[in-house]
Amino acid sequence: MQNLGIQILFQGNNFLRLLGGLWVSLKLAVLSMIFSICLGMLFGMVMTSTKKSVRVISRLYLESVRIMPQLVLLFLVYFGAAKHLNVNFSGGTAAVLVFTFWGTAEMGDLVRSALESIPVHQYQSGYALGLGKMGVYRYIIIPQTIRRLLPSMMNLLTRMIKTTSLVVLIGVIEVVKVGKQIIDASRYTVPDAALWVYGVIFIMYFAVCYPFSRAAALLDKKLRD
Amino acid sequence: MRLEEILKTEQLNKSYENGQKVLNDITFSLKKGEVVVIIGPSGCGKSTFLRCLNMLEPVDSGAICFKDRVIDRANKEVYELRQKIGMVFQSYDLFPHLTILDNILLAPFKVQKREKSEVTKEAEELLKRVGLSDKKDVYPRQLSGGQKQRVAIVRALIMHPEILLLDEITAALDPEMVREVLQVVLELAREGMTMVIVTHEMDFARAVADRVLFMDQGVVVEEGSPKEFFNSPKTERAKQFLNMFHYEAR
Repeated sequence: MQNLGIQILFQGNNFLRLLGGLWVSLKLAVLSMIFSICLGMLFGMVMTSTKKSVRVISRLYLESVRIMPQLVLLFLVYFGAAKHLNVNFSGGTAAVLVFTFWGTAEMGDLVRSALESIPVHQYQSGYALGLGKMGVYRYIIIPQTIRRLLPSMMNLLTRMIKTTSLVVLIGVIEVVKVGKQIIDASRYTVPDAALWVYGVIFIMYFAVCYPFSRAAALLDKKLRD
Repeated sequence: MRLEEILKTEQLNKSYENGQKVLNDITFSLKKGEVVVIIGPSGCGKSTFLRCLNMLEPVDSGAICFKDRVIDRANKEVYELRQKIGMVFQSYDLFPHLTILDNILLAPFKVQKREKSEVTKEAEELLKRVGLSDKKDVYPRQLSGGQKQRVAIVRALIMHPEILLLDEITAALDPEMVREVLQVVLELAREGMTMVIVTHEMDFARAVADRVLFMDQGVVVEEGSPKEFFNSPKTERAKQFLNMFHYEAR
């Protein structure tokens, strides 16, 4: 086994380090997703408001988040806050803040469309049965909304997991960065390291995202009929 | 014997935001055990009127009294009132995420807090009555339109309503399914259920009604027994409307 490159993965604790990096990525994504789901539910309800001003403001928020690349947002929060507000976020905190800001907008839009897709008769039959507003939402509207949301929520989560690779640029050591360190450290001894390390990272992302994306597809199919 | 008046409206008025009047001074009274059928062209305000009776829609002015008590829409008593006034809608309004049995049991459990075994037994009896006992564990999407509407009727009946409002319950059904649903309604009428029915099925209206109300442009144009109304309508507008249901042979 002379310089095949694959041995790089088994040298020292390289593989464990990669797994550790993956854990950092996942932690950022899952944490941001949890916040995004909670805030997004609220934001989605706000978006269905009948007040025009509320709708315009929430639309502006959504569109501006969509237009701006996440990288720019990351730089704004990480460097901008430090320079102009004198607030020093750690890379992880800045990342969670930005991804939550983005996720809340996206999640809110998903919640809005799920809520709007529920026919008005569902509310009316609930009220006609004597249920109060809380009851109608709790037993009729929210269960149906969540069913409709699940597939698109899974997609958002996988997008978020993939987007965490940007945080390298604000100094967070996540899976891609660990990979780069391993490659750099053995640039002369194992010239083919990049192929193997990035290959493993590819498989790691796949192993994490595929179950979600598969579950989304299955749910979508199951809930369709 | 004078029948007890159960529901009454006094000079109900309602306009849409664009200023169009949907209900114009409607004064109406319903006696216990009476079946009133409301007919009229589309957009005449009959469905809106029905929803106002149940406080699902606000009115601009006028009063609605249930058993001589004026109902205030802003008050909590509205929720109690709605338990006494059951309603079935035109489109299939079953809850798609619940089985047929759970659809029926939701309100008795959550609103009336009744005993599980007792309500389940009653639900099964009612389902048997409408010929759907074998469907209690399936989901609404597995039922035909007619079956769904029969379940919707059961869901309203299990609350033991004193009045049942039926809003064009067969309008979205295939012709051959209309009969199975209307049959259930006819039986209820025979048993003395108080009902207000909005329908386009003239033969059914004639068979089931104690009294017919003809509405047009938010006004009750004519009112009478089904025999009077269908055989010799007094107003020109009612004649025109009824004529639309007749076809001359060539």
